[in-house]
Amino acid sequence: MAEIKVDVKGQTCPVPLVECRKALRKAAAGDIVEIEGTHPTSKKEIPMAVKALGYKIISIDEEGNTWKIKICKV
Amino acid sequence: MEDKNMQSLDNSKKNKATIIVHSGDMDKIYSALIVGNGALSMGMEVSLYFTFWGLQRLKKGGLDKGPLSKMHMFGLGKMMIKKRMNKANVASLDKMITDFKELGGKILACDMTMEIMGVKPEDLRQDLIDDYCAVGTYIQEAMESSMTLFI
Repeated sequence: MAEIKVDVKGQTCPVPLVECRKALRKAAAGDIVEIEGTHPTSKKEIPMAVKALGYKIISIDEEGNTWKIKICKV
Repeated sequence: MEDKNMQSLDNSKKNKATIIVHSGDMDKIYSALIVGNGALSMGMEVSLYFTFWGLQRLKKGGLDKGPLSKMHMFGLGKMMIKKRMNKANVASLDKMITDFKELGGKILACDMTMEIMGVKPEDLRQDLIDDYCAVGTYIQEAMESSMTLFI
């Protein structure tokens, strides 16, 4: 199981969502995608997309302006 | 594996967006591509139908050549908005359309517009276009869609 890191710090709508989807498409089943960004709304919307896609959120962390979301492609 | 997931979603509800891109204004091309990419990112299928002024944006080198829909002011308004977009780190239309295709979005060109405006396939970004079609294709796809927009 691979862990794929995606850095979208400083990027705005719709880039965080799009890059998250691109990474999930490339991931194999069981892989973890870790996405790190600063766009505030994406912290709320990436979990919406993950739910719609039927994948699993492992964790959501925030430190200062930066958030980190871990997703498992189940 | 992913396709299997998508299929199970498809069965529960119509999971497709079809968007008519009638305007060639820069800000509206942004709207169409942002909505399209957002929908693809959330697992929907998306078709963009480029017609009339929108089709002009599929000409080679024409994607970001449209005016602003308001306050264009002979290009001054567009220049100011572009500057502010750069500052806010907004992605270019070129990146957005490349992402759109990478995520499996479909681009369709209206063949009647091509005839009226004397546009030949070789004038257009054929690398982006999936098909040339008319209203019947749009209606058929719209019937299968839960979301359809006219921009």
